[in-house]
Amino acid sequence: MSDPAVSWSRVRDRGMIGLRADLSVGVVRKALQKACGLPVPETRRLSVRDDRRLAWMSPDELLLVLPRAGTAPVLAAVAEAMEGRHHLAVDLSDARALFRIEGPGARETLAKGAPVDLSPAAFGLHDFRRSRLGQLAAAFGQVAEEPDAFEMVCFRSVAAHVERWLDVSCRPGSLPGVF
Amino acid sequence: MLLLTCPHCGVSAEETEFHPGGEAHLKRIGPDGDDDAFMGYLFERRNPKGVHFERWRHAFGCGKWFHLARCTVTLEVFGAYRADVHAPPAEIVERIQARRPGWTPEGEDA
Repeated sequence: MSDPAVSWSRVRDRGMIGLRADLSVGVVRKALQKACGLPVPETRRLSVRDDRRLAWMSPDELLLVLPRAGTAPVLAAVAEAMEGRHHLAVDLSDARALFRIEGPGARETLAKGAPVDLSPAAFGLHDFRRSRLGQLAAAFGQVAEEPDAFEMVCFRSVAAHVERWLDVSCRPGSLPGVF
Repeated sequence: MLLLTCPHCGVSAEETEFHPGGEAHLKRIGPDGDDDAFMGYLFERRNPKGVHFERWRHAFGCGKWFHLARCTVTLEVFGAYRADVHAPPAEIVERIQARRPGWTPEGEDA
């Protein structure tokens, strides 16, 4: 039973690819853009095209989320595009868990666990943030608005805990109504 | 509670998103050093009342290390700067001197 303003689900059919390379180099950005099929995001932003997302994780790290069947072709494309350049591309699909939190109360649900200013003025569409949820490392970004929808990744080993955390945080009548 | 700004990703967050890494700008004593100097390098740390330089890691964020200048008395943060330098940059020193007239980086070594 969750509050009518928010619902969450575990998204299981996604593949995830961790990419590391020197993103300050223009050639590298172009190569990754070509291989991933969407632009390299600015700092703390998310690139979205259809069902693919490319998230900025750190100055030298990106996370590509895409339909699982696309994982192997993209890994091959990255290897080809980045041939001879120092980089890392690894399939993280089974190492991470993906959640979708949507509804007008999605912001407040996340704000219960993350020390992040999630007010609409400070955190908008396609903003992305690595932080923590309670005591767990988590990263989330806003993928849609009106109604708001967020996608969040965490380590797969703690996914069961996050499911329970979301159940508790989405309880009816538990949203503070600040935003 | 400290409010820190990571110089790598620009996130301003409270200290629970970061992890402290101890005193900054330690000079490693290598194989040429004597036992006393090596012991000092391992165990002796500054414990100033005032300006302090520290290493921090944005543990729940971008994962990068950086340096931080802050005051241990008021918890005022003077600024954060990159991790791969041996001394605070001029800009940070100026900012500290604006807030703590008379403070010099040289005084740190005394």
